[in-house]
Amino acid sequence: MKIFQQSFKFITLAVLVFLSTSIYAKSSNEGEGQVSTKKEVEEYILHHIQDSHDFSLFSYTNDEGERKHFGFPLPVILWTSEGLVTFMSSEFHHNDDGHVIVEKDGQKFAKIHSKIYELESGASEVSFDEDHHAKNAHKVLDFSITKSVVGVLFVGLLMFFWFSRLAKQYKNKQIPTGFGRVLEPLVIYVRDEIARPNIGDKHYRKFTGYLLTVFFFIWILNLMGLTPFGFNVTGQLAVTACLAIFTLVIYTVSGNKDYWMHMLWMPGVPVLIRPVLAIIELAGAFLIKPFSLLVRLFANISAGHIVVMSLIAIMFTLKDTLTVAGATGLSLVLSFFITLIEVLVAFLQAYIFTMLSALFIGMAVAEHDHEHEHDENGHEIPDAEDVRENFI
Amino acid sequence: MDKLLNDFSPGLFVVQTILLLLLIFLMVKFAWKPILNSLNEREEGIQGALDAAENAKKEMENLQADNQKLLQEARLERETMLKEARELKTKMIADAEEEAQAQAGKIIAQAQEAIESEKKAAMAELKSHVAGLSLDIAEKVVRGELSNKDKQIQLVESMLGEATLN
Amino acid sequence: MEPVTYNLIGAGLIVIGAGIGLGQIGGKAMEGIARQPEATGKIQTAMIIIAALLEGLAFGALFLGK
Repeated sequence: MKIFQQSFKFITLAVLVFLSTSIYAKSSNEGEGQVSTKKEVEEYILHHIQDSHDFSLFSYTNDEGERKHFGFPLPVILWTSEGLVTFMSSEFHHNDDGHVIVEKDGQKFAKIHSKIYELESGASEVSFDEDHHAKNAHKVLDFSITKSVVGVLFVGLLMFFWFSRLAKQYKNKQIPTGFGRVLEPLVIYVRDEIARPNIGDKHYRKFTGYLLTVFFFIWILNLMGLTPFGFNVTGQLAVTACLAIFTLVIYTVSGNKDYWMHMLWMPGVPVLIRPVLAIIELAGAFLIKPFSLLVRLFANISAGHIVVMSLIAIMFTLKDTLTVAGATGLSLVLSFFITLIEVLVAFLQAYIFTMLSALFIGMAVAEHDHEHEHDENGHEIPDAEDVRENFI
Repeated sequence: MDKLLNDFSPGLFVVQTILLLLLIFLMVKFAWKPILNSLNEREEGIQGALDAAENAKKEMENLQADNQKLLQEARLERETMLKEARELKTKMIADAEEEAQAQAGKIIAQAQEAIESEKKAAMAELKSHVAGLSLDIAEKVVRGELSNKDKQIQLVESMLGEATLN
Repeated sequence: MEPVTYNLIGAGLIVIGAGIGLGQIGGKAMEGIARQPEATGKIQTAMIIIAALLEGLAFGALFLGK
């Protein structure tokens, strides 16, 4: 059974790698809009890393030299200077450098590098300065259902479907059947290995729901980033920032008296140092902790995507030096193993994010009901917990 | 840094916040709470069953210990009973012996007493007999003396020599 | 040199520093596990947390410099 499962995993991974390569290889034909040189590859990767307004699976140039795109458009919802504007992203015709202007209710919009700009009144065309910044257009608040939002919605529905079914199973029987048997140990793992040891037996139940949600949300999205659909949701700064700010809000709101005491007026240190420590602690709690949370997840996932795509791109960039077969083989082997590592990273990042969230929450709700030990001069001997707190 | 800030999409941030809040709320209400509650219940059930088994085992051990104790007590009782019986037996034998001895002593004493009295009676009879005999002899002697002096003396002598004093 | 080159040198320095740090963490964790194999789980958890903190620092520096 285990061998079967492992071979199944292996086949799935192999298929994933082959599919992703095949989809990106579609655009390697000669013609307009294709990716073959180093610069084009770089642009393509940077474009992929960003959120996109349409869900494109692949595109190719047909015999007539026409660019064909496969995928489906997504709704664009904008909050402009004159109110809400909605239209479908297909109106941009896959243009991403601001040359296609969409006109709605007297306002003109252009898409430049996956960002939608509103043209200032009177302008009919985007003009760029020498740094390639738009001169006569400004960004608008963009609540569009982008590819990332689709991913989030999909994962949310998936999680809700899986886990509410698991929850229903418990009504009739003690031990879940089917896929629930896979999910249950994961839930127990998060509860017993992440929530309970870091938050403490007394308070962990209140926060386990959040930690479980975040864990599975990040993990499934990370894994979805490895599929050929090309999601890069956890590689969006907005998404990771949102997750980090949720953690920040939770540990700030649930912090008890001791937590604020230790942050603002650290006991056991000379009075003169206390304000300095308070500044450091405040910066740590409100800036460094959430910043490290959001940047770690974002950077790991983005870096993973860039590496996998660069390795896939070897088959175009090294085509001349290694011949087509050599470049393709090298690219397949390298991207296969990196994808394997990325599967591990997908789990590890979800684990670390949840773990650190639990740790920060645990520090905020930790109770110091014990009296600190004092040595003969009356100075406090810091116990292990304080040392840990000062460290992180 | 500038590029990163440029990539940051406030709209996506807002949408994500709303969706995540909704997701957390729904998951906690419809999934995590029932799942965690059932898991807890199940774990408590398992713990309870284990405890019950442990208790049953302890009870069993106690029962066994009780049985052992009862057995030990019964054995001890039997032993004491046997001992008592043995003691009784020896005592009875000793008593009987003693009684028999006393009885025998009594019988012997009685016998001795009887013998003594018989002996005394015999002696008295003998004495009276001897007295009669001596009177007879004396009579005869006196009669012989009266007839022949020498013969008298000879007779006395012969008589005395014949007489056996036993 | 162009500013881009300075950035690359800075990134290299960051990666060297983070690499040394990660090596230290991993090495010491291995030593700890070898000394006390029964504490493997705890050591691994602590190792991953500290590695994550270091990684966060390195990424932060990389992206601030970029």
